[in-house]
Amino acid sequence: MNGLWLVTRRELSAYFNSIWGYIVAAVILVIDGLLFNAFALTDRPRLSFEVLRDFYYFSFGTTTIAAILLTMKLVAEEKQTNTIVLLDSSPLSDWQIIGGKFLSALMFLTGLILATAYMPALIMVNGKVSLGHVMSGYLGLILVGAAVTAIGTFASTLSRSQLVAAVIGSVITVFLLISWLLAKVANPPLDGVLSYMSLFDRHFRTTFMEGRIDTRDVIYFLSLTFGFLMLATRFFASRRWK
Amino acid sequence: MIEVKGLTRYYGDFPAVRDVSFTIGENVIVGFLGLNGAGKSTVLKVLGGILMPSAGLVKIAGVDALEAPDSTRKTIGYLPEEPPLYREMKVAEFLRWCGQIRGMAAADVEKRLPEVMKICQLTHVADRVILELSHGYKKRVGIAQAIIHNPKLVILDEPISGLDPVQIVEMREVLKTLKTTCTVLVSSHILSEISQTCDRILVLHEGRIVAEGSESDLKRRLRGKLAVEYVVRGDKADVQKTIAAVEGVSSCEVKTDDDMVSAHVVFDQDAREAAAAALVAAGFGLRAMYERTSSELEEVFIGLTREGEADHKEAA
Repeated sequence: MNGLWLVTRRELSAYFNSIWGYIVAAVILVIDGLLFNAFALTDRPRLSFEVLRDFYYFSFGTTTIAAILLTMKLVAEEKQTNTIVLLDSSPLSDWQIIGGKFLSALMFLTGLILATAYMPALIMVNGKVSLGHVMSGYLGLILVGAAVTAIGTFASTLSRSQLVAAVIGSVITVFLLISWLLAKVANPPLDGVLSYMSLFDRHFRTTFMEGRIDTRDVIYFLSLTFGFLMLATRFFASRRWK
Repeated sequence: MIEVKGLTRYYGDFPAVRDVSFTIGENVIVGFLGLNGAGKSTVLKVLGGILMPSAGLVKIAGVDALEAPDSTRKTIGYLPEEPPLYREMKVAEFLRWCGQIRGMAAADVEKRLPEVMKICQLTHVADRVILELSHGYKKRVGIAQAIIHNPKLVILDEPISGLDPVQIVEMREVLKTLKTTCTVLVSSHILSEISQTCDRILVLHEGRIVAEGSESDLKRRLRGKLAVEYVVRGDKADVQKTIAAVEGVSSCEVKTDDDMVSAHVVFDQDAREAAAAALVAAGFGLRAMYERTSSELEEVFIGLTREGEADHKEAA
């Protein structure tokens, strides 16, 4: 556990000591703010519920993009700069390394997600929304963030290039986003599987986004996170045999 | 301290290291000498627990490195040719982190840190960001991270590459200091470095150990072999063919120098006159003959790698 925390702490400090963490945070917060401005501050009167729902709609997108951008460097950069040797020659286990890197990215991302809280707060001040809707939406965003962070961590173990890692992570995420469309043209039982896999349409849009928490969605996101972390650990471990 | 038996390592289908065996005791500096691609770094990576061998046995301090890799890694410090450093960290902060990931308690790291800083002459840059340091200092930080946890075995891959003459002398002092507390493995293709710092040398060529011993052992091994350089006017291929046909010639390396051909010939028996006679009889203009002794380590190394190559071809 100590090893896991040592890796997490170092990776977190790397986000704060390098320009990359600040760039990602700034870009995501600016996009979030602009989209909120465009969606919420319209001439047409709207229900506070609708404004908050739209906020979670675009926050879902910015959260997935932020997760890919934050994770692309996790392992790929270490391979590129050869600092991976420090971890390879240490007694840390592979899951401690992968787990620590994942946790650092998730903690940074969670901080970034929570930094948008002023927007729901503005809706609460100027309108009327339930605290439950706010909380469930944020829980959903953090779960989505965890799942895409795990996907990004896995992608980062596959290549020395951060760009390639980002592309692989994006392709997997986009596949999970559009799988509901593929489900419409697929035959049974594949259509059911594709429909279940849908990251946004099946597990976020009708539940977290609208203020409901469904344990099946929580289980889905946690399974996805755990599955991709397992895969990442497996691929990472294989480097000693290549 | 180290026992290696039948170590083999493939990269895909390519055998980088083939059936290498050796043992190394405690508190010695052992040099791995070889040309680029000879397999030095691969052997060191396997010993450092970074790569797993394709076949063979590796024991560090009596523990099988394959069965208990995590516990053996605690006893090893490893520095690759390019120091692995988190450039955004400060020197002391980085070394503290390195100590802790190798299983040291925070209090133990604090006790050990001043000593390591002193050995590696880093005390005055402790609070500097690594990115701002010169190459020589980065190398020292690399060594410091390899010894912070008091390892029994320190592995340094090409530790002097890229250092200036002053830094090389300082690095030698660091290596001598390390020897008092642990076993040190050093790889290099800079032969003078190997001869000045190492108690024992293992010569690797094409993934095999072709010779081992002290510098004087290796020189002794080649003593008695005659080497002569013939400077001849003629065709390069024909000259080589003529000399190779002479009885008693062990090897012949031919190169073109302006309009002359220079043939470096090593003899198994004294056939210097026969080789000269063969060249004259074949109609080549023999311009000069120089006796080449194998007293310099560079010569010894070239001779040993050729010898090893010839032995292997013969065995095959």
